[in-house]
Amino acid sequence: MTTILETKNLERTFGAVVAAKDINIRIDAGEVLGVIGSNGAGKTTFVNMVTGYLPPSSGEILYRGAPITGKPTREIMRLGICRSFQIPQLFPEMGVLDNMLIALTIAKQQKPVLFRPAIDRVVEDEAIALLTRFRIERYAHQEIQTLPQGVRKLVDIAMATVSDPALLFLDEPTSGVSADEKMDFMRVLIDALKSTDTAVLFIEHDMEIVEEFSPRCVAFYEGTILADGPTGDVLKDAKVREFVIGSEFHRKPDESVETATGKGAA
Amino acid sequence: MTKSFDKTEWGLMVALPVLICLIFVLPAWVVNYVQVSLGTGLVALGVTIQMRAGLVSFGQGLFFCVGGYSAGLAGKFLGISDVFLLLVLGLVSGILISFVLGFLLRRYREIFFAMLSLAVSMILFGLLSSTEELGSTDGFNLPQATYFGWAPEGDTGKTMLYAVTCVVTVIWAIALNRILRSPLGYINEAIRENELRVEYLGTSARQAVHVTYVIAAAVSATGGVLWAMALGHVDPEMTNWTTSGQFVFVSILAGTGNIVAPLIGTFILEIVRVYAVEVSPNTWQMILGTLMLLTIVFLPKGLWSLMNTAKKKTGTVPAAEAVAGE
Repeated sequence: MTTILETKNLERTFGAVVAAKDINIRIDAGEVLGVIGSNGAGKTTFVNMVTGYLPPSSGEILYRGAPITGKPTREIMRLGICRSFQIPQLFPEMGVLDNMLIALTIAKQQKPVLFRPAIDRVVEDEAIALLTRFRIERYAHQEIQTLPQGVRKLVDIAMATVSDPALLFLDEPTSGVSADEKMDFMRVLIDALKSTDTAVLFIEHDMEIVEEFSPRCVAFYEGTILADGPTGDVLKDAKVREFVIGSEFHRKPDESVETATGKGAA
Repeated sequence: MTKSFDKTEWGLMVALPVLICLIFVLPAWVVNYVQVSLGTGLVALGVTIQMRAGLVSFGQGLFFCVGGYSAGLAGKFLGISDVFLLLVLGLVSGILISFVLGFLLRRYREIFFAMLSLAVSMILFGLLSSTEELGSTDGFNLPQATYFGWAPEGDTGKTMLYAVTCVVTVIWAIALNRILRSPLGYINEAIRENELRVEYLGTSARQAVHVTYVIAAAVSATGGVLWAMALGHVDPEMTNWTTSGQFVFVSILAGTGNIVAPLIGTFILEIVRVYAVEVSPNTWQMILGTLMLLTIVFLPKGLWSLMNTAKKKTGTVPAAEAVAGE
């Protein structure tokens, strides 16, 4: 597997508060990686640093072997690293299709272009194809404000994929989605992304989702990485159980995990 | 394939000869109002395209004044009276000044952008008002317009200037309509809605705002030249906050839904003002204020939203047009 992203001793401080410290992560092309950790553990700070929203206080970020530390967000997006948000970042006064059309228009331009029409039949077809991939094409002509939270999340993620990124960060993709729908939601999502060979790092609080969809898992605790490895091993790790999973996921260390599909993930 | 011209552009091209022919049909005072409205309408267009990006410029009078004074100064000190040369001078001045100021203004949004643009325009107002060589608050007159050495006088001169104003306005309106349909136009829409997402889609919001600011300045400066040539006079009131406020008024009254809206809105405002002054000479501002209030309450997206409502009822608004706000 080719490593596409590597961080070396990444650190971010806010005054005396250390939000992230010694973050060393490698992500391979096409892999799916789950990130767990309680609120304030440094998960989103890590994503913000890699995507250029927050400059790291120290450390290095390499994308395909080249340093991208401190580059502005837009440049990093152009390189092929995109993200979705815990709170969907959409264009709320517009419809779903319009959101996709604008996202495609912007993503395909290096600089603002004058006089040439931005939207034609090809772009519209591309937008519909993307919505179809995420199985939300039936909402194409609906206003954003009338959508259920799960569909908003999918639109947000679909918009993040318009430039066919090599690496996609999903910040709590199932937050706000009802418990009954989470599994199906993730299945739609992972299926849509698998077809593009995009590496996916998703932050998640639901351990069943992590077990089901990510072969590898990284646990954050107080700004540092507590464990990184196969999901089954990480979820059985004593420190992870004590500091991250807590009472939410009590299981004996030798107990195999029964997942929604009936397969043992451990 | 994308059509070469959309409905708005066809409409503008058809309207051009009709607009020019009005001079032979309508009373002179109405034609004067149309001509003045086209000049100030171009400035309102500049305000409108910035509004599409969520930016309200309370200082667009700055570039209106830059255009007018560029033409005036060229006439006064260089003896230039050729309309086309003066238009180029006004345009270049507007572009240069806005390009420099843009590096500062592109960093700000909402009320900060509005107040900063106002502050810059008031600096110019102060400078011009206190410069006696330029007529201080009285301003100064422009020379009679010439056209490549030809100096028509009387009615012919008026007709020529009116025709040039119409042609230049329509050219600008078509160009701006193109820009609204271009990637820059869509980026501006997106900036207004969610700038964070724009950056995360891989484009620079600041750069787009800067380009838009320069374009708005260019069209406003052109309007300033045409307005100054029509009236034959410039003064610092062109960059006063009350003048800039009128451009914002027109943009709100007309709406940002179509490039034609501010041009029509300016004319409506001029006519309403004429009759308001006639009906109530001492309290005509109250009538304009009431009009503004009613527009904001009942038509928050301006008069042009009536067109969109009608289109939606007949189901003729495709997705791309809806985004472009046509």
